[in-house]
Amino acid sequence: MKGVLVARLDNMTVKKNAAGPQDNQRVTRLVAPGEDLGSIEGHELGHGVIAIDGRIRATKNGRMNVNGNTISIEPRRTAYVPRPGDLVIGYIEGCTNNIWFVDIGAPFNAILPMSLGPSKADFGGTRSVIDIGEAILCRVQEVEETHSSVVTMKGMGLRKIRSGAIENIDPHLLGRLIGKQGKALRQLKEDSECRVIVGDNGRLWIDGDFNGTSEVRNRLRSLSAEAKAIAPGGVV
Amino acid sequence: MGYGDVQMIDANGIRNDGRKAGDVRPISIELGVVPVADGSCRMRWGTNEVIAAIYGPMEAHPRKIQRQDRAVLDVRYNMAPFSTSDRIRPGFNRRSREISKVTAEALESVVMLELYPRSKIRVEIEIICAEAGTRCVGLTAASVALAHAGIPMTDLVVSVASGKINDVVVCDLNKAEDNYGEADLPMGILPNSGELVFLQMDGDLSPEEFQEAWDYNMNAAMVIHEYCVEALKTGRYPQ
Repeated sequence: MKGVLVARLDNMTVKKNAAGPQDNQRVTRLVAPGEDLGSIEGHELGHGVIAIDGRIRATKNGRMNVNGNTISIEPRRTAYVPRPGDLVIGYIEGCTNNIWFVDIGAPFNAILPMSLGPSKADFGGTRSVIDIGEAILCRVQEVEETHSSVVTMKGMGLRKIRSGAIENIDPHLLGRLIGKQGKALRQLKEDSECRVIVGDNGRLWIDGDFNGTSEVRNRLRSLSAEAKAIAPGGVV
Repeated sequence: MGYGDVQMIDANGIRNDGRKAGDVRPISIELGVVPVADGSCRMRWGTNEVIAAIYGPMEAHPRKIQRQDRAVLDVRYNMAPFSTSDRIRPGFNRRSREISKVTAEALESVVMLELYPRSKIRVEIEIICAEAGTRCVGLTAASVALAHAGIPMTDLVVSVASGKINDVVVCDLNKAEDNYGEADLPMGILPNSGELVFLQMDGDLSPEEFQEAWDYNMNAAMVIHEYCVEALKTGRYPQ
């Protein structure tokens, strides 16, 4: 059987003609806001595009992807917009007697009510549990229409961060960092011998020795540089 | 000697800086010049130099400026004290307030503000060196910087001014033409749809002259739009 291509789920791609519709090829180019991307007929709108008078127009600067019949844009830069269920790393920015205000990197601070905090505290004792400036690993529980959000620390692994380092990366680069089925992230963890927890808001908790942390930082830096590198003429 | 008496264009239609009537001054664009900002752009347009920086979307403060259904644009146009030969007194004045307002209104027509309710997007436009037409350069640079910051927009805004010197309509006035010319018509144009989002007029133009200035602006906007798109795709224009 050596050398014979066996159809498996991981190699059944369009490139190898094993399965999938013929038009499922990926077209990539750079676009600017307002650019005409063609007629809407036969297409579905993905992220970063709108339809005006039957034509598809880009609303963001980034890479256009045509995947099947869906046209979308992978933006060059983006702001984090929280969604329920997101695992995020936040910093405590302030508190009242029973609420913490958490900076999760979104346009608005999230709130962490005492009832969803890590442990029981007396009314007025919020700062004795988590003080201002401390980092927490939490999950977005609820997002209102007005973008106000509530986070929770009730759940497995959600905690106050007491060790390691926190690094940032643009949220839209998380896919590249994690890789297909988490392959790239797993490899990074093995190489650096660090515990790496990736928040959906683009913040990473790296817990390990100095060399391992440096290795993860270098990887993040090269990933950001790769994403910003553009070939002359704008073709990627 | 009064307005219109200074000779700024010769019999062959060559202007005092060597351009023809429809020519635009040389333009260069560089993105990411303010690393701490979410998006930034430096635009050199002739001798003009402008830096635009974008911060946000962020929570709008004070709360009274918040809009429940959309974001607000906080535009600040400011001329550096050293940007002209006469020192500009630092701080907001009547002129910068007016330009900030018209710039915000022009940008509001393209930025998809409804996606960020109760938020604020800060647009800082700093004029480093002023020759003529800084409001046009500031508006164009701000629109490129907004795109660079990843703010969703339906189009870019390109602004350019035409005017009248010695009874001849010309495109993109320089300092002498702006000071001693007879009229000035700055316009903000959406290049993909051809819509107009900003228009001011200083001086008098006949309907025919107005049409000629309009055509110059439209044609120049299309060319400048290509420069902006090139800069957004490659990080700078020219390479």
